[in-house]
Amino acid sequence: MKAVCWMGTEKMTVENVPDPKILNPRDAIVRITSTCICGSDLHLYNGLMPTMEQGDIMGHEFMGEVVEIGAGVDREKLKVGDRVVVPFTIACGRCFFCQQQLWSCCDNSNPNYWIAEKLMGYSPSGLFGYTHMLGGYAGGQAQYARVPFADVGPLRIPAGIPDEQVVFLSDIFPTGYMGAENCNIQPGDTVAIWGCGPVGQFAIRSAFLLGAERVIAIDRFDYRLQLAEQAGAEIINYEEVDDVVQLLKDMTGNIGPDACMDAVGMEAHYSGPMWAIDRTKQVLKMQPDRPGVLRQAIMACRKGGTVSVPGVYGGFIDKMPMGAYVNKGLTMKTGQTHMMRYMKPLLELIQGGKIDPSFVVSHRVPIDKAPEMYKVFRDKKDHCTKVVLDPWADGVRVAA
Amino acid sequence: MSEAARIHLKNAQGRHYRAATAFRWGALITGGALALIGLSKRSKSGVAIATAGGLLSYAGAKAGAKQRDLIARSSILLNCTPEQAYQFWSKFENLPLFMRHLESVTLLGDTRSRWTAIGPLGKRVIWDAEIAFDRKDDVIAWRSLPDSEIYVDGIVKFRNAPANRGTIITVVVVYQPPAGAIGGVLSRILGKDPSFMMRQDLRRLKALIEAGEIPTVEGQSHGPRSSVAAFARVLNPDDPIKGEGNLTDIANARRRAS
Ligand SMILES: NC(=O)c1ccc[n+]([C@@H]2O[C@H](COP(=O)([O-])OP(=O)(O)OC[C@H]3O[C@@H](n4cnc5c(N)ncnc54)[C@H](O)[C@@H]3O)[C@@H](O)[C@H]2O)c1
Ligand SMILES: [Zn+2]
Ligand SMILES: [Zn+2]
Repeated sequence: MKAVCWMGTEKMTVENVPDPKILNPRDAIVRITSTCICGSDLHLYNGLMPTMEQGDIMGHEFMGEVVEIGAGVDREKLKVGDRVVVPFTIACGRCFFCQQQLWSCCDNSNPNYWIAEKLMGYSPSGLFGYTHMLGGYAGGQAQYARVPFADVGPLRIPAGIPDEQVVFLSDIFPTGYMGAENCNIQPGDTVAIWGCGPVGQFAIRSAFLLGAERVIAIDRFDYRLQLAEQAGAEIINYEEVDDVVQLLKDMTGNIGPDACMDAVGMEAHYSGPMWAIDRTKQVLKMQPDRPGVLRQAIMACRKGGTVSVPGVYGGFIDKMPMGAYVNKGLTMKTGQTHMMRYMKPLLELIQGGKIDPSFVVSHRVPIDKAPEMYKVFRDKKDHCTKVVLDPWADGVRVAA
Repeated sequence: MSEAARIHLKNAQGRHYRAATAFRWGALITGGALALIGLSKRSKSGVAIATAGGLLSYAGAKAGAKQRDLIARSSILLNCTPEQAYQFWSKFENLPLFMRHLESVTLLGDTRSRWTAIGPLGKRVIWDAEIAFDRKDDVIAWRSLPDSEIYVDGIVKFRNAPANRGTIITVVVVYQPPAGAIGGVLSRILGKDPSFMMRQDLRRLKALIEAGEIPTVEGQSHGPRSSVAAFARVLNPDDPIKGEGNLTDIANARRRAS
């Protein structure tokens, strides 16, 4: 089959690899009909996440049809022929964390638990196509994928809804939604959201769904800010203002936003001396993260407010404004998304016409174009917001 | 634990045994199990670590000795009852399902069993063991027979976790490798940090009991690997490669776990 492989920093290629096999009783094999490139994949593309290996299959946002299931899969939950969206977090459904609905913290899905344990104290769940530290699972930018614990994650999708409306249930819609839920939104609240990428876009819309009065969206790409504006957000182009924090104060009567969300993560762009220091450390591999947005979010947040961090970080950060964080009595909420908590309710929102996630799609291309689309998406060229890949575009089944 | 024992423990193992460890053993002892075992004698070494007091004096006796014991110690929370955990562990034949260095454990009688460990390049170490103490749903202790080539003493304790969260099991296994080739193989099998290995084992046990299978990516598809990385993997002594049997093992484990 065809698969997008990580062959090194900024080196993606489409390779012919063997089709996946069932390896465990609760596995399923899915024939993929749509698969996407995520902002998280850019951290891998840029070589910033440790424990990638040449030849790893990329991708964690995919859907398709179940073509094979293992002997241990609960037939009530999944059968051959089902059309499913597969969540990017892999969870067993039976451990303490799964039972607490902390799905992205599943204890039993990372075969390389010990690597993550060294870096973080404990390991989160395994993820598709996202480093060996987080399981080393082959990803879904391919024609087929093996899905472990297939009776827990995959969500069945009724016929009639096009892929484009539901494929983002695999990650970014639930991620934006959980980011907004983590803002602890109360009636009348103002939420500031850094980053108008796909995650930010869903966060903006989710914040309104959850009752926010005002959403202030921050980015530097006008075409992305326009999408935010269409959803009803006030917008700030941070490159056109001197001081984002001061502006947020001015916009809120010197109170500050009730909640601040970092939907940018480890590859934030900013200027000034801290940029120089953080970027240098990143290049020297002393610090994988550039936490400029996180620092700003903490500084801007009103006293007693909430900082929500769906943006991904990989390691340790410097110059964390801990004084501001403590003395203002802030709360921070974070996490890889607890996917299974959100997929079904959000599907119902889609079915009920409350939201059509396909607004975020800017590019639909055959999988063979994936390598160049990584670059376009990374550099935000060609008004790129979200890339959906068709693994079968040329209709030719590639035998391995 | 007596103050004397505590000091013994501290002196004997220095950085290996910290307060937390003493505490853990304390917890085992107050479980009452070890006190019941009584003092057992080891003909060759005079070691009796199946008793807590025994382990302590053993640790004391070993201080300064040339030969180093390899101690593997870990604990884990299992989302099942102590009865279920006990049942699974008390069938020693189950241990190779999650203890990667074990090739097999076969029963030789009611209390005796033959253990085969397998190391790099397929080198094997075999010993016979007997159950030293066994109290249902609570504790199991075992030890190698006096004329074995290596000494192994193990104990596992099952405790209810608070708030119905399941069962916390605590395992301690002490290996004493003999001088010479067999000792060398055993040391290679256990690696630099036997407790690390035990932690991996218990994590596999947890997955097996809770999820019904052990997570794996062995055998999945990938693009072209670099030969350097492949070579490094073969060389990594902390991750002995056991062969192809993974899927059968897991399938068996699932059957037995359910
Ligand atoms: N928690 C999760 O489970 C989860 C899931 C998916 C993605 N993510 C993370 O969310 C983040 C965003 O993902 P995405 O797909 O939207 O990526 P993206 O790269 O498309 O979007 C990031 C946006 O942030 C903007 N940005 C950069 N610096 C900024 C600054 N200083 N101020 C304001 N905006 C700035 C960029 O211009 C860009 O538009 C990534 O870190 C990704 O890894 C997390
Ligand atoms: Zn993603
Ligand atoms: Zn779980």
